Amino acid sequence: MAAGTGSRMSFFTRICAGWLIVIVLGAIFADLIPGLKDPNYQGFLFGDGATNERPSWNHLMGTDNNSRDILARIVYGARVSLVVSMTAVVMGSVFGGFFGALVGFVRGKTDATIMAAVDVILAFPGLVLLLTVVTLLGRRDLMVIAAVVGFLSIPPYTRVARATALAVSRREFVMAARAIGTRKRTILFREIIPNCLPTLMAFALVNAAVIILLEGALAFLGLSVEPPTASWGNMVNAARVDLTINVWPAIWPSLALVFTVYSLNNVGDHLRRSKAVRSAAL
Amino acid sequence: MTDSMQTDSVDPGRTLLAVDDLRTTFSIPAGDVKAVRGVSFSLDRGRTLGIVGESGSGKTVLARSIMRLNIGSNVTTTGTATFAGRDVLSLSMSEMQEQWGMEMAMVFQDPVTSLNPLVRVGRQVTEHLRSHLGVSRAEAHKTAVSLLNEVRIPEPEARLKAFPHELSGGMRQRICIAIALACEPTLLFADEPTTALDVTVQHQILNLLGREQRDRDMAMVLVTHDLGVVAGRTDDTLVMYAGKVVEQSPTTSLFASMRHPYSEALLRSLPRTSHASHTRLAAITGRPPDLIDPPSGCAFSPRCPYVQDRCRDEVPPLTTGGSGDDPDHAFACFTPVGSPEGAEAFARNVSDGLPQAVAVDLPTGDQMSAPLPTGNERIV
Amino acid sequence: MAGSGKAHLRPDDEVLIRVEDLVVEFPVGRGRTVKAVSGISFDIAKGETLGLVGESGCGKSTTGRALIQLPSPTSGSVRHGLVELTDLSDEAMRRRRTDIQMIFQDPISSLNPRRTVGDIVAEPLRVWGPHDKAEQKALVDRMLDAVGIDPDAARDKHPHEFSGGQCQRISIARSLVVDPELLICDEPVSALDVSVQAQILNLLEDLKAEYGLTLVFIAHDLAVVKNVSDRVAVMYLGKLCEVAGPDELYANAAHPYTALLLGSIPEPDPEVVVDEGLVDSGELPSPIDPPSGCRFRTRCPHATDRCAAEEPQMREVAEGHHVACHHPLVAVAE
Repeated sequence: MAAGTGSRMSFFTRICAGWLIVIVLGAIFADLIPGLKDPNYQGFLFGDGATNERPSWNHLMGTDNNSRDILARIVYGARVSLVVSMTAVVMGSVFGGFFGALVGFVRGKTDATIMAAVDVILAFPGLVLLLTVVTLLGRRDLMVIAAVVGFLSIPPYTRVARATALAVSRREFVMAARAIGTRKRTILFREIIPNCLPTLMAFALVNAAVIILLEGALAFLGLSVEPPTASWGNMVNAARVDLTINVWPAIWPSLALVFTVYSLNNVGDHLRRSKAVRSAAL
Repeated sequence: MTDSMQTDSVDPGRTLLAVDDLRTTFSIPAGDVKAVRGVSFSLDRGRTLGIVGESGSGKTVLARSIMRLNIGSNVTTTGTATFAGRDVLSLSMSEMQEQWGMEMAMVFQDPVTSLNPLVRVGRQVTEHLRSHLGVSRAEAHKTAVSLLNEVRIPEPEARLKAFPHELSGGMRQRICIAIALACEPTLLFADEPTTALDVTVQHQILNLLGREQRDRDMAMVLVTHDLGVVAGRTDDTLVMYAGKVVEQSPTTSLFASMRHPYSEALLRSLPRTSHASHTRLAAITGRPPDLIDPPSGCAFSPRCPYVQDRCRDEVPPLTTGGSGDDPDHAFACFTPVGSPEGAEAFARNVSDGLPQAVAVDLPTGDQMSAPLPTGNERIV
Repeated sequence: MAGSGKAHLRPDDEVLIRVEDLVVEFPVGRGRTVKAVSGISFDIAKGETLGLVGESGCGKSTTGRALIQLPSPTSGSVRHGLVELTDLSDEAMRRRRTDIQMIFQDPISSLNPRRTVGDIVAEPLRVWGPHDKAEQKALVDRMLDAVGIDPDAARDKHPHEFSGGQCQRISIARSLVVDPELLICDEPVSALDVSVQAQILNLLEDLKAEYGLTLVFIAHDLAVVKNVSDRVAVMYLGKLCEVAGPDELYANAAHPYTALLLGSIPEPDPEVVVDEGLVDSGELPSPIDPPSGCRFRTRCPHATDRCAAEEPQMREVAEGHHVACHHPLVAVAE
């Protein structure tokens, strides 16, 4: 996507983009990072360190109340945040983007039906659905959480894509394609959807931030992945009990969460701006 | 308007606005867009000035620079614009606040976007009156009704209760004019006031502006891309190209003999109802110049049928013609239209096969003698 | 005007397209409809340029789109040769689209910003063939060259790298690459600067001669329409007022609306006295609830009771000059 070309990133936006890259690479290649500790290794059980250690050269961010290395848990915890948010973004933009673009273009009964379904899902309390599914399946692993959050992400993407497709459909190049005799299906894939993508991309970045926060909130409530798997949210939750003794185990994951969400918003804004420049030039 | 080089010698009592070497630049990532590149003119009280140019000529930016309406940290304006004895370019924004509406007002191109869609027309007119003149609500309402009457809006009481979208484009432009006139400004800028309107409505609006201008002895600057609009309705005309004035003259003198090749080309490329159907148009070849990196020499030189080597290196100054010419008719050209130098330059360019000269060297009368040059030389 | 009637239609063997009693209405909610086009008839002879002129809201663009069935008219007939286009299924109509092509007002908006120029001009070929890539490229290059765009420089660029005039050229290239019979030009120059407008008008004239095109030229600018047309039809509020050859129409306007339009044109000549007395109370009536009888009567200085009661029919006032008015401004040759 050429959306970034032609507009300059500010220094600050570069830092934000850099942070996101570090997080993603860290999460993917966590096992290969030299010197990174095992996130579930409880050192004090083996006489190797203590609980709630302050930051030191050995544990750069200290240890938590189970004597686990916080840095390692943050790097591995990013996996949960990223998998959940990526699933949501991919499911949302693929299914939501497609349905939205489709109904925005063809309108009529298809539009009414799909948008009615979307409104029903939007009206349904997500937490209740999550609890129901988790209870029915009897497990709470990453896949289940990601799938449910992903399913709930489809409606907002559908709405965004539909609004964009409505606007794109009114452009004269769509009329021109019809006048040429292009089939409707081809128009949808060649003319409508590509022109919805920049808007969807910008929305996806902001939405990813929302999902990361949502996962954090779910984990804090104990509804996300089961311990001992690290996630930023359940790290904060676990640190809560010892907050009076040691604040670091709560601060580090919170900072990671804040930086990541802020960076996503900042980079998303940048993309949207550069896209605005592009459409103004068009 | 008088010749720009004599702005300080004109009677200060009559001069309302004197602009000297105004330059406006917009900084964008790609570079500095030099939208207005040194414009000088003066306008007397009660006179009308037409500013004509195509998109990118700087005509709208010029008007907005004088009104101080170019907002943004990336805009720089230099030069002076002396309005009623004060340089408006050096006024603070709170001092400008007293000028806007009271002394200078503006009517914009798009009557749809220049009214707030969520506020009833009446409140938009009366609020303006009350904030500027400090009159009571009842008095403002009375004035609003008489203003609407004046701009010939039928049933003004009912219209004041309407929302902008309930009115037609012409009606909305009348409302905008009423708002602009509300505080009796001494100078009215009309920036393409009829471009968004149909031709019959354009006619009504231009008549309305002309009548108000005369009745109020108000000075008016009419910015337009349409030579037809300035022709019958202005005292003086500036023709702008690439941020500079290329020709400035009393309107009648300008149309009697256009001296700058660009003005001539603009007029000749217009289809006219007085011409027979299928009359070949003398199109201007090429495209307007890049304002970030304008051509050296005369900006029109790459498209000019009269161009000489000198034009490509040296910027021609704005001067008047020799004896026998209108002393108020100035143009910026080394080989002006209608001069021996011009005729010679054109003949030379035609015989050299310069595309822009060949393209306008049309056989007169007989349109059948194909193939004619199209003015469609390659421009990518 | 409300002009109905078919006195101005020509014999079948001369015409390429014949439109009869065309009606296009759009629902706007609460059971109301906008009567965009209300029963107009006209024909287009092979090789001629028909100018459709009128102000915004007169239905001229809707008429143009009805010719290519986008959308299909509410009622009426559009006959192309022997084929009744309104009877065709969507798929059958799609297969005929190469015969009738269209270019639009906004040259930049009519090109997909995310595709390259080469790709855009080749699109019709991808639908209709030839499917051979090299053949497609050769055709695209030839067409771009014909409209004055250097194919080698332009092929891989995106539309936003071009000016409005160049985009309109690219648009023209796309519509002509399938070799259509009829090209509908919907306000093709109204978004362009004067100097560029002349280039495009000249180009259309040249291409018309070179490719033997028939044109429908829709515009609000009477001077532009006069310049390109062989026959001009004036529309007002969904009806046809007057049909005539351009020189005849502009010299002897018979309909009061045509006269009003002509009188409103700002002439670039200070010697022409601006007619401030031109009678026009100005407001276009609503197309949801148009006036009875002649639709122009609410603005017409010559209107009488008859104009409210009875819709005027097209009649000939001079050879090839038809007007739908009870009180035409020229003597009627009975």
